[in-house]
Amino acid sequence: MNMNKISRRTFLRLLASCALLFLSVTSGSAFSQNGGELRFSLHSEPKTFDPLLVDDDSSLSIRYLTGGVLVRVNRHTQELEPELAESWKISKDGKQITFKLRHSITFSDGSPFSAEDVAFTMQRLMDPALHSSTGDAFRSGNGTVSTKIIAPDQIAVIFPAPLAGLDRLFDQVAIMSAHSPKKEAAVLGPFMVAEYKAGSSVLLRRNPNYWKKDSQGRRLPYLDAIRLDIQSNRDVEMLRFKRGELDLINVLDSDYFDRLAATSPQLAHDAGPSLDSDFMWFNQVASAPIPEYKRAWFRDANFRRAISQAVNREDLSRVVFNGHAQPAVGPVSPANKFWFNSKLKAEPYRPDAALQRLQADGFHLQNGALLDKAGNVVEFSIVTNAGSKPREHMAVMVQEDLGKLGIKVNVVTLDFPSLIERISQKFNYEAAMLGFRNVDLDPNGQMNIWLSSAEDHAWNPQQKSPETGWEAEIDRLMRAQASTADLKKRKESFDRVQEIVAEQTPIIYLVNQNALSAVSTAVEGANPGILSPQTFWNAERLILNATTRASR
Amino acid sequence: MNAARKLACVVVLTVCAVSLAANWLAPAGYAKQFREAPSAPPSRQHLLGTDEVGRDRFARILYGTRISLLLAPAAALVSTVMAALVGGLAGYLGGILLRLARGFTDLFLSLPWLFLLIAVRALLPLNVSPLTSVLITFLILGLLGWAASARVLSTSADDLRNSDFVLQARASGLHGPRLFLVHVLPNLKPVLYAQFWISIPVFILAEANLGILGLGVAEPLPSWGSLLRELEDLISFREEPWRLVPLLLLAVVMTSFQLLLSNEEVSA
Repeated sequence: MNMNKISRRTFLRLLASCALLFLSVTSGSAFSQNGGELRFSLHSEPKTFDPLLVDDDSSLSIRYLTGGVLVRVNRHTQELEPELAESWKISKDGKQITFKLRHSITFSDGSPFSAEDVAFTMQRLMDPALHSSTGDAFRSGNGTVSTKIIAPDQIAVIFPAPLAGLDRLFDQVAIMSAHSPKKEAAVLGPFMVAEYKAGSSVLLRRNPNYWKKDSQGRRLPYLDAIRLDIQSNRDVEMLRFKRGELDLINVLDSDYFDRLAATSPQLAHDAGPSLDSDFMWFNQVASAPIPEYKRAWFRDANFRRAISQAVNREDLSRVVFNGHAQPAVGPVSPANKFWFNSKLKAEPYRPDAALQRLQADGFHLQNGALLDKAGNVVEFSIVTNAGSKPREHMAVMVQEDLGKLGIKVNVVTLDFPSLIERISQKFNYEAAMLGFRNVDLDPNGQMNIWLSSAEDHAWNPQQKSPETGWEAEIDRLMRAQASTADLKKRKESFDRVQEIVAEQTPIIYLVNQNALSAVSTAVEGANPGILSPQTFWNAERLILNATTRASR
Repeated sequence: MNAARKLACVVVLTVCAVSLAANWLAPAGYAKQFREAPSAPPSRQHLLGTDEVGRDRFARILYGTRISLLLAPAAALVSTVMAALVGGLAGYLGGILLRLARGFTDLFLSLPWLFLLIAVRALLPLNVSPLTSVLITFLILGLLGWAASARVLSTSADDLRNSDFVLQARASGLHGPRLFLVHVLPNLKPVLYAQFWISIPVFILAEANLGILGLGVAEPLPSWGSLLRELEDLISFREEPWRLVPLLLLAVVMTSFQLLLSNEEVSA
């Protein structure tokens, strides 16, 4: 009798367990696969955990995962979406933005979120003593940036001068608590820093107070934690990924990508052209220590355009990047959906047309060598940074392409500090080849390149007044687009800038590399994109499938 | 000459001969880019496949060997002569000159070589042909690489200066340059030879190191250094074993150079 009772109890327990198991299996993958620790690498030590002082890639990744922002650029659609702010409005003069904040949100330590925190963050961000590079983007003119708390859930940020693309800049501003004793450790993002071992790893745990919920009302993020191993060696990173010790590689080069795709195609992701570009330019600085006849070539748009036509960009994309790059069109990658001028096309490879163009300017061939009108042999050097194999290979291919026109090119690789000194201080170079890692969709992010007075105006920086008519026109257009909030007008101005750049070719754009990444099959919900952070931009919705991970 | 030395001699001579015949053995040349076949495996057309921009690897190894094997001994000669001048003379003269020379040599040895080379390379003019750049690279290596040899030579010359036969020569009225040329220099020969042979692989490896940093011989000219750079991203030897050929060649030639040294020179 007693035995029977125990058996019945055991039976009921078993039945209950089975029912629970059944429920958990049938109630959707998000529930069954909840939790777990996602692992990937940072390539350097994070320099800071203060979200307003972030200036390096590792700190940027941590800020993205831990910081709560008022608005967020969706890395997939490139559209601006509400986050801590339900809605926002920019004044007609472009000097003020007013945010309506969400209610009942608390920081990770439990302190409440209000307009006071936004005001505190903006005041701290714009404090000149802080030297925040994030804050620099908000400096629109002389005067201070002020805030006005309209209500506990409503705040206006007022700028001294109009700031184009103002709302998008708030994607980079992680709101800090005005009152929490934990300071930057109190966060509004999906994760919070739980442990930091210098030189080894950073552990982020899920923020229990994170405000977002999924469509089923379940609080995000799904993951319990993210472990960021500090690992600068890319070979080791790849080996660990292959062994299943890491779940993501955010940025891969084309060689690694192809090797991974050959053995495990399901792990390798090519999201198409990124915002990054590789390019070359000629030194046009009036005081540069180069022969006068060479300066005359470099300052001639016809010469620059001919060089551009003689470079086989298709080959560069196919050979150097194994097809994981596209011939570049201009300063804006086609990946930048809104700002790219779709009327423009990449310069096709036309060596015959290039030679004709040069001959029209008096250049001529003699014993296979190209000479200018005065009989000077056309020879110049291209400097690039040592250690970057793709760039060195591109330089070698450009060397051969131009050799077909009778132009002698000497490729010189220099260590980075020497290179920078030559191109930005002594101007002791003829042509240079470098890359631009663009993280900003808005053309304002390129003001430092296109204004003739700018330090990064590569071919002829820091001009007191524009030395050419087309540079004056670019200055005017860039300032015009920066001083209006009218998106249509801004687009028209920047489209024209792209057209002038295509006509004058001060920079010869070569390729836009594709955004290549690796994601383990154990990570569900990943949708690698072209904008940084490519693989974990939707980290709050990533799910780790422990079964798949164990089987890797 | 023992069997190992004979074999080493044959290896070095064969490698030199084959590299000198590069024009006939690899008519495509080291710079021609076969862009339809980048990173290709070995085939009839490309015996050791192609590099990442489609250049014939076999041709590049032959031409690279020619450059490294001709210029490394030249650089070794420059450094050995400088070492003889600084170390040998200081050791022979002795006294404060010897102390000064040793101090200077020690200071030179303590310099961070690689950074010094990078700095010197960065100061050179940009518009030089690849051939000039390779000559400059090895000349710099030769001019900067004398200090270790000078240290050895100064000690040897110092020993000789105090040896009985030199004292006897002095007592017989022999002084100055004649004493140095007749009695000291011939006895320094084994040390000089040893330093010369030892320097050759050192310079080949130094150029290889510069090449790995992308600062060696200018493109498109190949050298062992630039060829070894190809191994940077080699994950699996089994997938592309032919890419190891430059490394194997370097190892074989370096070993042969070591075997070529006689016991006397090794002990020196």
